[in-house]
Amino acid sequence: MTGQSTETVTTVVIGAGHAGLAASHFLSERSIDHVVLERGEVANSWRRERWESLRLLTPNWQSRLPGLRYEGPDPDGYMTVPEVTEFIERFAKLARAPVRAGVNVTSVRRADDGYHVTTSQGEIRGRTVVIASGACNRPSVPPLREAVPATVAQLTPFDYRDPAALPDGGVLVVGASATGVQLAAELRRSGRPVVLSVGEHVRLPRTYRGRDVLWWMDASGVWDQRYDEVDDLTRARRLPSPQLVGTPERTTLDLNALTSLGVELVGRLAAVRDGRALFSGGLRNVFSLADLKLGRLLDTFDEWALTTGLDGEFGAPERLAPTRVPESARLQLDLRGGEISAIVWATGFRPDYGWLDVPVVDAKGQLRHTGGVVESPGLYALGLPVLRRRKSTFIYGIEDDARAVVGHLAGHLSTTSQAGG
Amino acid sequence: MTTATNGVNVQALLEAREVLKGAPEAAQFTWRASAKWQSGVHSTIKVQSFFGLGQEQNHKQEWTFEADHPEVFAAEDDGITPIEYLLVGLASCLTGGIASVAENRGIQLRSVESVVEGNHDIRGILGADSDVRNGYNDIKVTFNIDADASREDIEALVAQSQKRSAVFDALTNPTNVIVEVA
Repeated sequence: MTGQSTETVTTVVIGAGHAGLAASHFLSERSIDHVVLERGEVANSWRRERWESLRLLTPNWQSRLPGLRYEGPDPDGYMTVPEVTEFIERFAKLARAPVRAGVNVTSVRRADDGYHVTTSQGEIRGRTVVIASGACNRPSVPPLREAVPATVAQLTPFDYRDPAALPDGGVLVVGASATGVQLAAELRRSGRPVVLSVGEHVRLPRTYRGRDVLWWMDASGVWDQRYDEVDDLTRARRLPSPQLVGTPERTTLDLNALTSLGVELVGRLAAVRDGRALFSGGLRNVFSLADLKLGRLLDTFDEWALTTGLDGEFGAPERLAPTRVPESARLQLDLRGGEISAIVWATGFRPDYGWLDVPVVDAKGQLRHTGGVVESPGLYALGLPVLRRRKSTFIYGIEDDARAVVGHLAGHLSTTSQAGG
Repeated sequence: MTTATNGVNVQALLEAREVLKGAPEAAQFTWRASAKWQSGVHSTIKVQSFFGLGQEQNHKQEWTFEADHPEVFAAEDDGITPIEYLLVGLASCLTGGIASVAENRGIQLRSVESVVEGNHDIRGILGADSDVRNGYNDIKVTFNIDADASREDIEALVAQSQKRSAVFDALTNPTNVIVEVA
């Protein structure tokens, strides 16, 4: 090399979002020296990669980080993006996290006693590395986007700010998880015709028997289900985010709500052929699957309320009306006819591990790990869906995850500490 | 936990799923049918060999199917109508799926019966109205299931069988079809 010195630390944390900062908190608690590398600034993706109207799906009282909880006037409300950014910033200060902003990690590879991290600001050697770079680095867009006629504008949630940015005319929103239903509703309210392409989805009411549905997920223990207790972990980790929105009115944003707003529902986008979008004729079954699954979840809540003796504290059990099936859902849409001027791809996100030169990423681009312990000694992950528990997907889940993962990391350090110093 | 005996070897299917997760090339199957024109609109179709698990495979015998059109089509009716074979495929695929899912979920089935109806406007195939499609406008399947399970569990069986059905997918989603002259 060129004589540039390589810095040495015990732990390199990659990413200064809620996950990396929580790791820092527990590393400091154990006096493990570390740095937190951040490509932008603290809470970067919240600052730059979110649309205007977005709020957290979790209520404020669940916005909790180690040593920091919401203490404002509206515990049942949902934070706006600036509020989330401020909350995470406050946590960074409180945790005195050694954040290095504007440092881009370009490579992590194995070295004799740990990992060699190459950054835009130099080389760092760490015995352990915590990957906390997020699960949503890139929008996932299906390859069939290439067959869309050039006259139709295409946006991902990263490009989308608000309805005004779209060309006039109708919008096809592809994907009906949290992002898709929120953007479809917002676009429809802006006065545009909106067609929503719906595949498998997770239906949830915003409140159930007078409480936030995520209160039920937490209280009934559903969220505490561990990764090694989940039936099909791969599926649980790939599950789309539920059809929820955080609004002051705490309204439900399921497909029935969208139908009432005038959003047209069509099946999963299967192909674009000769300028026409072709949709699956299986719409009715994705409705059935989601309705049945919701019924089972509400049964779980009701049983929990009965067995804990708390049943009397809530309103009566309710069941939602089945998802209304359109009279005759369209199977195709002419993208060249002028009806649709833009497509919004709300088809999910994926992590980007292009910089990770350790063979721990599977064929689908997901990190191979067991509860945050990556298959390469000394390498850890935090802030991924269902990392250790179902609640890991949310900010709320990071405290337990970070404590456990840093605990494992400390154990690794003690068993591998150099005998001769 | 699993006490149902619907006659589906679910264990073998689950094991195959695990093996094929790591060997996607072995999961590539090619199904085949060979057809021979008889006369009129009558043809005979034979099915025996297929490719899968990396090699040629065979059904234990050759199966023969006759396809024709009914007398109201001014045909001889020496077999069922080709479009009816789609109903045969859909019904059998969903029924097999229900049995498999039930076995996996420990649900004992006593009887599974269904009626499949495809609504077809034949003005399409006759060229009588170019706005009418050639294929089905819609297909309706009605199941009658007697099993040791609640109505919700039975509905979940039927929903899951659609979710994992090859024929349901083939009918509800577009497929590239290449027809060539050899």
